[in-house]
Amino acid sequence: MLEKLQSYFAYDFVRFALVVGVLVALCAALLGVTLVLRRYSMIGDGLSHMAFGAMTVAMLFSIAPIWLTLPVTVVSAVLLLRSGGKLKGDAAVAMLSVSSLAMGYLLLNIFKNKSANLSGDVCAILFGSTSILTLKKSDVVLCAVLAAVVIFVYIFFYNKIFAVTFDESFARATGTNASLYNTLLAVITAVVIVLSMNLVGALLISALIVFPALCGMRLFRSFRGVIVSASVISVCCALGGILISILYGTPVGSTIVAADLAVFLVCVIIDLIKGGRKA
Amino acid sequence: MELLRLTDVSVGYEGKPVASHLSLTLSQGDYLCIVGENGAGKSTLMKTLLGLRTPLSGTIAFSDAIAHNEIGYLPQQTQVQRDFPATVWEVVLSGCLNRSGLRPFYSKAQKQAALQWLERLDIAHLKNRSYRALSGGQQQRVLLARALCATKKLLVLDEPVAGLDPIVTADLYALIQRINREEGATIIMVSHDIAAALQYATHILQVGGSDSFFGTVEEYRQSELGRLFLGKAGEGHA
Repeated sequence: MLEKLQSYFAYDFVRFALVVGVLVALCAALLGVTLVLRRYSMIGDGLSHMAFGAMTVAMLFSIAPIWLTLPVTVVSAVLLLRSGGKLKGDAAVAMLSVSSLAMGYLLLNIFKNKSANLSGDVCAILFGSTSILTLKKSDVVLCAVLAAVVIFVYIFFYNKIFAVTFDESFARATGTNASLYNTLLAVITAVVIVLSMNLVGALLISALIVFPALCGMRLFRSFRGVIVSASVISVCCALGGILISILYGTPVGSTIVAADLAVFLVCVIIDLIKGGRKA
Repeated sequence: MELLRLTDVSVGYEGKPVASHLSLTLSQGDYLCIVGENGAGKSTLMKTLLGLRTPLSGTIAFSDAIAHNEIGYLPQQTQVQRDFPATVWEVVLSGCLNRSGLRPFYSKAQKQAALQWLERLDIAHLKNRSYRALSGGQQQRVLLARALCATKKLLVLDEPVAGLDPIVTADLYALIQRINREEGATIIMVSHDIAAALQYATHILQVGGSDSFFGTVEEYRQSELGRLFLGKAGEGHA
């Protein structure tokens, strides 16, 4: 099996897939802890559906998807996550995401020429089936740059992000510019979503965001412990999932999510053995 | 030294006033209790004082001695905090944030200050414990330490004893009084507990519709509004 893996590592696309997988998984875990704690677990799902809509439009006009999906997702994220905004709330997320999904599919069906493999394209966007293994070097570079920015911003503003997440009114009342950090979080959330679409597809993004955070929260009681453990778990699951999918020919996205689910179940069992969450 | 002056302030939501024509003057070291019935606008007034809302009319003037980031705040517990993974140390230290500027990490001096407050509030032994696993009284002490890390000039406390048992309540009141007397912190407390308000505060602000009262505790006892409210509160307790 090791020799088989070694032979695969000779290929560029495998190395690219691993690099992108690790970076995206790391970003998703960092952001995921904040989003889960703020009760925004479904935001990833909603935003990725918007990104799907944008992506179909990009496909129709034959422009590189990221130039349309990134701005659309960033704007949606800022509108949805902004506190006190009129669009806030889970009903708004549900409404926008499902409309975007439906409109995207509708547009594709109406305008796309008949010879194209429509269901194959849609399936790839939704489940990320093969796209990660067909990455070009320029995609990898762009992804690495965006991921590095997200990680840097997160570490640089770590203490502010903690304060705003734990108690927004206290932070605001004592003179921290909470709106600025909320907007910042919304923007990097959108970037992470767009990046994750390459890895697991639009429908499975929530798993990358939610599972590592939930695992970390089962194992650790400090914020830092949760952040670090979520990152480690997320990266390991992504690596494991990609390798398994290469070896056994399973879909990349679903395999990563399956790995996340398995680790989560292990964490639940460890937590139960340790005697509940009160410790 | 005058710290805060409200002149004919009205507060409320979306243009509808909840409490109006409020005027008061607070000096450094005063202990003000804001009392009133449910829905009278106590919390709205407090949020307006903290700058979380804007007043509908009137002016709120802080003296030059106090900057916007020199207000400590003890909010009521939120749903998010009940299962938030954070240690006591992480929570208390986050109070220092308002003076960090763009610096990404806390300085040694800030950590030292946070440690001192933990010791002074007798919660140093809880430093590495999980915040969500503490008792209600311990959680309030942690949040008080966080507020004190932000500043000890002016503390705004939103019903700090809500949900605590009588012994813990008495402890917390004594602690707040100590901070007021020994540290010279100005206290503004929103409270349902009128008996404690009369016992510990120096000034009372009663809000409710267009009827309001501001004065020292002694003046409040003599006032018509005060006697009326105290009578009602007394009946409620009996």
